[in-house]
Amino acid sequence: MAKTLGPVRRKFAPWNDPAAKPLIEFRNVVKRFGDFTAVDDVSLGIYEREFFALLGPSGCGKTTLMRMLAGFEHPSEGAILLAGTDLAGKQPYERPVNMMFQSYALFPHMSVEKNIGFGLVMDKMPKADIEVRVAEMLKLTKLEKFAKRKPHQLSGGQRQRVALARSLAKRPKVLLLDEPLGALDKKLREETQFELMDLQQQLGMTFLIVTHDQEEAMTVADRIAVMDHGKLIQVAGPSEIYEQPNSRYVADFIGDINLIEGRVSGIEGGTIRIEGTSPAVPLVVDDAIATTVGATVWLAVRPEKVRIAHEAPADVSHNAVAGTVWDIAYIGDVSVYHVKLDSGATIRATVANVDRTVERPIGWEDRVWLFWSRSSGVVLTS
Amino acid sequence: MKRFTWFNATSLALGFSFLYLPIVILVIYSFNAGRSVAVWGGWSTRWYGEVFDNEQLLDAAWVTLKVGMLSASVATVLGTMAAIALTRFGRFRGRLLFSGMVYAPLVMPEVITGLSLLLLFVAVDFDRGFWTITLSHITFTMCFVAVVVQSRLVGFDKSLEEAAMDLGCRPVGTFFRITLPIIWPAVVSGWMLAFTLSLDDLVIASFATGPGATTLPMKIYSDVRLGVKPEINAVCTLMIAVVSIAVIAASILTKRQEAEREKAERAAFAAGG
Repeated sequence: MAKTLGPVRRKFAPWNDPAAKPLIEFRNVVKRFGDFTAVDDVSLGIYEREFFALLGPSGCGKTTLMRMLAGFEHPSEGAILLAGTDLAGKQPYERPVNMMFQSYALFPHMSVEKNIGFGLVMDKMPKADIEVRVAEMLKLTKLEKFAKRKPHQLSGGQRQRVALARSLAKRPKVLLLDEPLGALDKKLREETQFELMDLQQQLGMTFLIVTHDQEEAMTVADRIAVMDHGKLIQVAGPSEIYEQPNSRYVADFIGDINLIEGRVSGIEGGTIRIEGTSPAVPLVVDDAIATTVGATVWLAVRPEKVRIAHEAPADVSHNAVAGTVWDIAYIGDVSVYHVKLDSGATIRATVANVDRTVERPIGWEDRVWLFWSRSSGVVLTS
Repeated sequence: MKRFTWFNATSLALGFSFLYLPIVILVIYSFNAGRSVAVWGGWSTRWYGEVFDNEQLLDAAWVTLKVGMLSASVATVLGTMAAIALTRFGRFRGRLLFSGMVYAPLVMPEVITGLSLLLLFVAVDFDRGFWTITLSHITFTMCFVAVVVQSRLVGFDKSLEEAAMDLGCRPVGTFFRITLPIIWPAVVSGWMLAFTLSLDDLVIASFATGPGATTLPMKIYSDVRLGVKPEINAVCTLMIAVVSIAVIAASILTKRQEAEREKAERAAFAAGG
């Protein structure tokens, strides 16, 4: 199946198509709890068959946004539309969306099959059809052996699959996943992420996931919305979020970053010259961002794009700086070097450990050069 | 584990005899063949026979049972509703006042509760008897049910109800399909507590009663004032037997459920994955 998924996934980008209409639409949604504004003027469109992630630290409003879509909270201002219809006044039991809860919320007094069939019984589906659908869901989530068990007789991973099967059983237009893998250990979590992606493609449903784990969001989602203090900071695909962050907040929240503050000293076509102030280093960047000479900007360079060597590079007039190795973190696949510059600032460089042994390894307190190409950094104005 | 010492053994023996000696004496004397309650005249079950021939006593027992069943059931419904209102509906206006008022009868002296109920019944000109006893028992046992059920609801995962509604279940259906089955043990123990309290009550029943409605405690109390007859001992022994059987059965039931649950959890853990 993976062979057929690749091209489909690569081409899937309805958000770039001006004629496409979003399935879910948040229009200037505000949610206040007393004096606290949990969601602050959010406008967002999510398209059919999209796997969309809401990412942010705890308390950023991502769960509130999802709960408003499910109908457990109601917007203080603005509107939420699903397939063109305003959801205002619709109760949770009247909405064609289903949610998988962070705590799984399995009914402890019902068996696995009764849990999965609960929503179908509520829909007054004929008994025979319910049996067929439940069997199908059990097969999909590999739970056939556990149909008669009660939730407390299952392991954490099995409970997670029951919760997933139950929320999928009604074939909702949108499946909401609230930190669905938070309670699983790392290995199982990674496996489940790929299972979720396969499932979403197979069923052709729209998935909306809430998570604080950036790796999880990057892995599963077509697009990610990074949130902070109730606002959307950036909405884009995983690679754009990582390579083209629009602010220091996003650059810092997703992955590791080196930030160099400076003043724009010249703009020529697609090249920006920056006089770095902390640390003091002349910078040249190939980036066509709207800015003016004299403006304060930040250059963001990912540690894996910074190269480290004992010898100075050929051209040290820009994008190069010397320092002393302060700390080395050997992680296995990569090593992270913390290099203290003469000005006192620290820059990190990540090196993939391609060979098992190196002739002349970089050690503690070595004098080294750090350098990066003109295209590896991003200029940020906020 | 502390080692056995004479001090520990003595205090244990004293404590238990303080608690149970009067009851043991009562039970032993219920099998006394003699007419006197203080002089042992050999073993016999004759007083038990007399209890079942004494229609007044049986009537009183029947009234007590009816009052207990009826008042416990109504009090359980009302108490459960109060507990849900107090835990679920957040901070509505007057919540503090309401919760204080639910708990007040817990600490109110029975004499005051009884007297105020009597005054009420007189004021509205309600014929006193079976129904007034039942009503007053509902009033004072309801708050005990509310306390028991509320303690279970505090630890209740609200997302279970949200999940049910998310899957298309309306609020009323959610209560009967999800909430009630989960809090059921607390509701049952609330009922049992209310029933026991009603069975027990002498003071409030005495205030609220009228001609023709006598509960067992009232009957025993009035008989004892004319002198303790051995058949009273027999009645009391029967009551003790009923209560002990109920308590032991309830505890065995919960123990067994817990053991089964633990066993299942261990099995799931061992299966892993």
